[in-house]
Amino acid sequence: MADSRFVYVTYIRTTPQKLWNALIDPTFTRQYWCGTHQESEWKSGAEWKIMIPDGRVADSGKVLEIEPERRLVLSWRNEKKPDLRAEGYSRATFELEQQGDSVKLTVIHEMDKAGSKFIDAVSNGWPLILSSLKSLLETGESLVETREWPKGM
Amino acid sequence: MDKVFKALADSSRRKLLDRLRIRNGQMLGELCEGLSMTRQAVTKHLHILQRANLVATRWRGREKLHYLNPLPIHEIAERWIKKFEHGRLQVLADLKKNLEGDTDG
Repeated sequence: MADSRFVYVTYIRTTPQKLWNALIDPTFTRQYWCGTHQESEWKSGAEWKIMIPDGRVADSGKVLEIEPERRLVLSWRNEKKPDLRAEGYSRATFELEQQGDSVKLTVIHEMDKAGSKFIDAVSNGWPLILSSLKSLLETGESLVETREWPKGM
Repeated sequence: MDKVFKALADSSRRKLLDRLRIRNGQMLGELCEGLSMTRQAVTKHLHILQRANLVATRWRGREKLHYLNPLPIHEIAERWIKKFEHGRLQVLADLKKNLEGDTDG
């Protein structure tokens, strides 16, 4: 295979509107995404970045496609680790699909490069962040280990 | 969650998940290679894994690729294992307290 890709699917008992909001609203992302928030105008072609609480930029890219409450595609490059940054831009796709009283959220993170270290690195983070997002929307509480940016990182 | 436990309660299906863990995004034919299972059996197991949301599929042109979706396992870990782990750590803490108490006596 000439690419690296992970596909995550989770079913969350919520509405597409609430889930969409939770994906981009800083008051939500800070709770389940390790204290980070994203800065963007959220329109096609706009710059996009993930901010660490201390003001550093963790990742950045552009909004490639945006269809509120349905689909978001971002180009995504790590800005912290030189070896990961050197791999260039990956692509993250979020798809939301109402199914009964739940929303099926599919997250695809991929890069047109075999054996990407960056895709390998994010594959360790996504399950925790997405489980925490589900927990936050369904129970009102995110998972404890995702509430703050890890010390020393 | 029943579907996840049932899907995991089969060594052939766990083997398929392991193969995807080693190399994600395989086609049915690739997944069958070197296995003693028939193609039909693999198809059936993949169907059960998909229904349990342990395997997600994407099309690349005419190729159907299978991906390991670890989220249901992660949710089980959060819901069940961590809570038991907490109990076990408490047992070890109590044991340490008792043993150290004995030394003192």
